[in-house]
Amino acid sequence: MTFVTKPRVHHPKLPINDLGLTRRDYEGSVSTLCAGCGHDSVSAAIVQACAELSLPPHRFAKVSGIGCSSKTPSYFLNRSHGFNSVHGRMPSVITGANLANRDLMCIGVSGDGDSASIGLGQFAHVVRRRTNMLYLVDNNGTYGLTKGQFSATNDKGSTSKKGVPNLYEPIDLVSMALQLGASFVARSFSGDKRQLVPLIKAALKHKGMAFIDVISPCVAFNNHAGSTKSFEFMREHMQSAVQADLIFGQPEITADYAQGTRESVTMPDGSILQLYKVDADYDPYDRIGALTYVQKMHEEGHVATGLLYVDPDAVECHDILETTAIPLNELSEDALCPGSEALTAINQGYR
Amino acid sequence: MALLVAHGTMEPTNIFDPNYFHKVVDCQYACPAHTPVPEYIRLIAQERYTQAYMLNWDSNVFPGVLGRTCDRPCEPACRRVRTEETPVAICRLKRAAADNKGDVTPYLPHVPTEKNGKRIALIGAGPASLAVARDLLPFGYEVHLFEQDEKGGGFMRSQIPAFRLPEEVLDEEVERILDMGVHCHFGQAIDSMKALMAQDFDAYFVGTGAPRGRDLELTGRDQVDEYIHIGIDWLSSVAFGHVSEIKGKVIVMGGGNTAMDCCRTSLRLGAESVKVVVRSAFEVMKASEWEKEDAMREGIPIINNRPPKEFVHENGKLKGVLFECVTPVRGDDGRLRYEPSGEPDEFIECDHVLMAIGQDNHCPWIERDLGINFDKWDCPELDEITLQSTNPKVFFGGDSAFGPENIIWASAHAHRAAISIHLYCQGRDLKNDRPPEGVNLLSTKMGVHEWAYDAAHDPAQRHLVPLVEHESSLNNLKVEVELGFDAQLAAQEAQRCLNCDVQTVFTDNLCIECDACVDICPMDCISFVENQPEAKLRQTLTAPALNAEQDLYVSDGLKTGRVMVKDEDVCLHCGLCAERCPTNAWDMQRSVVHIPQLGSFGE
Repeated sequence: MTFVTKPRVHHPKLPINDLGLTRRDYEGSVSTLCAGCGHDSVSAAIVQACAELSLPPHRFAKVSGIGCSSKTPSYFLNRSHGFNSVHGRMPSVITGANLANRDLMCIGVSGDGDSASIGLGQFAHVVRRRTNMLYLVDNNGTYGLTKGQFSATNDKGSTSKKGVPNLYEPIDLVSMALQLGASFVARSFSGDKRQLVPLIKAALKHKGMAFIDVISPCVAFNNHAGSTKSFEFMREHMQSAVQADLIFGQPEITADYAQGTRESVTMPDGSILQLYKVDADYDPYDRIGALTYVQKMHEEGHVATGLLYVDPDAVECHDILETTAIPLNELSEDALCPGSEALTAINQGYR
Repeated sequence: MALLVAHGTMEPTNIFDPNYFHKVVDCQYACPAHTPVPEYIRLIAQERYTQAYMLNWDSNVFPGVLGRTCDRPCEPACRRVRTEETPVAICRLKRAAADNKGDVTPYLPHVPTEKNGKRIALIGAGPASLAVARDLLPFGYEVHLFEQDEKGGGFMRSQIPAFRLPEEVLDEEVERILDMGVHCHFGQAIDSMKALMAQDFDAYFVGTGAPRGRDLELTGRDQVDEYIHIGIDWLSSVAFGHVSEIKGKVIVMGGGNTAMDCCRTSLRLGAESVKVVVRSAFEVMKASEWEKEDAMREGIPIINNRPPKEFVHENGKLKGVLFECVTPVRGDDGRLRYEPSGEPDEFIECDHVLMAIGQDNHCPWIERDLGINFDKWDCPELDEITLQSTNPKVFFGGDSAFGPENIIWASAHAHRAAISIHLYCQGRDLKNDRPPEGVNLLSTKMGVHEWAYDAAHDPAQRHLVPLVEHESSLNNLKVEVELGFDAQLAAQEAQRCLNCDVQTVFTDNLCIECDACVDICPMDCISFVENQPEAKLRQTLTAPALNAEQDLYVSDGLKTGRVMVKDEDVCLHCGLCAERCPTNAWDMQRSVVHIPQLGSFGE
């Protein structure tokens, strides 16, 4: 919690994007989370990604449930639409928003409690439906708001602040998302913006269900030795499979990566998603392979991060439902409700 | 300044080097006397005017005078200029402290009645000598002050017009020092240094200023002597009541602050019209921005790019001045050169000319066989630190040392000279035994979210100083034009200070590299990066640090092998990094820089 208001003045050389906005214009109000909370870095990464992509804030819908993570939509994109919903019910609300107005860019922010416990069913179904959204989980493995109990994503054997080990198997949201049909699946770490920001940018440009699991340490309850969701553990154990970068115009050749480990994917808006494969054998288009890799890494005590799976040509919810290209909220009453004669004609068709 | 090490990456910053954080306090660093500006501005905000005044008095000796007349090197240095705003009105806040203060007598230093047996002669009762007297008296010196005028104050009295500096303000600050027990020898000009030295003082301090106004040898000059006046001499005659009017049309030649004082004084003494004519372009004039504005506000035209050619006269009476017309051209070296513009010469009619084209050092009364060497510009050969001349008993300060400067430089010289005189009289080494600079760091943390300073950033624009009604000031030389900030305006302006002396201090072994400070910093000052050579490092930060005059604060290696780098350039000292730090690796600590003064000996 901070009592000093963040000054509006900014660095005189702060870049101005294509919309004439600076990064500061994408911020929200000052965070009321604990000082040092990983979630604030995730919010800052979203701010940076949106500013760099010159996205119009007022075309966003940001929706969340309940929890520390779910407070964060207040802290980014001040001038956008928002809905702080019921615990675990972010997917329903965002699905509604996206169905009503398919032109909105939808960001759902949730936490490990909100998505892996009370909202696990909602999570599973929104992924199945392939709603066109960025589903971002601030995953700290603990119930911070209720003083630090283990959450469902906490690894077996990882200890509490007082040294008591967790007895249960963790739910791995990345594996679930892969299995249930998400077309963009990534994992990252709040303490590594160099990896996280490009992933958020790519996810925002992806058409379909994009899921990012962000390990975001809880400084108050889960950042001690023995925790597998601490800054230190993540820095030591994260393994990047594929690094993503979103490029506009011709891809730039960098000497840092060996030939053959770089691949380009054209995004729906013409921008190019560049993938740098850290492991040359890794195939980010192979869903089964990705599942295996994530599980294998976990078995070995590592955390697989980076862009793990992408299907650039995947269908999304509106394709499946064959809805009109015009957002439903823009249709006139005549088009939405063609009258009883039309209804009779439809009913006749079923006789 | 972090040093480069062998393999090129930056060394951790040594924040205990007194200069490191001093440099961050831009205003204090730019001030020749290094007055602790943010500290006294905080005192003004707390309505502790007397304390604010005394903090100033200790450092610059003439807060009331300087609050009206200082050249304000602090203001262009103010960090708010770099955050694309207007600087804090530091000078006018200083005046507010002086205007609103209470009785300062309880806070004045104790002057011992029993003297230490050393007699010091100070020549010229200007700011430099007075400040030396103030520094020496509490140490038991017997101080003799010699002055040709009947009153002390030097050019503060003779050349600064009363509408900028009321006499009572000057009297108060001069008399405060004289009352500390100075033996005054006023109204007697020293015309022989040799004779004075025969009186066998233990040390001599020359603070006689740069008293010779420059003249122009042009065609017709000698024929119209009676209508041409040297600016500083004329101002002095006005100040002492020898001149009380100037009739007809007046041309002031010159573009410095003296020219501005001459033209505004002429206007008040009944001139029909006043024009300032300057050889050079407007933007390179020596006068301070605000003094030019003040003159123009009073309707005085400033005519630039006009070098004078000839004084035109008829029957022994001045008719006007003929000026050449030139245009400034910027050369490859960035300097302005002047080329004829092709226009015909311009004749400007006038009855009087005031020459304010500069002044020089002039010490004809110092015999050249006393071991005091002078250079070709008639300036004494001095040691720049000790201000000692080639005769070890003789010290110089103020304008008489290195040529015309200003009051705040005179105070700064005085502190240095007083230390030197003291060391000299004690038979100690003038360089090695000087008191060192130092820095103290004090945490301002009072509670979890409480700081001992007002950290919030005030986006307000600079407050303007209220002025007296136009008519009444133009008709009376003694009416002060600026009314000064009242308590309320002073409090509002004080809020604009960024508290640059409350430093962001980083403790590397506490940092967990959570990025909270990077995310919250409104000015993108903080980065966690791989260490590199400085030039490269400056490019790789969250916001490139392109102002090479401002240092980078570099930590020791952190757990990830990276370093914390903070660009001091545009930091608002808002304390958000410390607020958002979960481990107190950041703390806001007030830096108190100790500038050596004679009092630093603590004897």
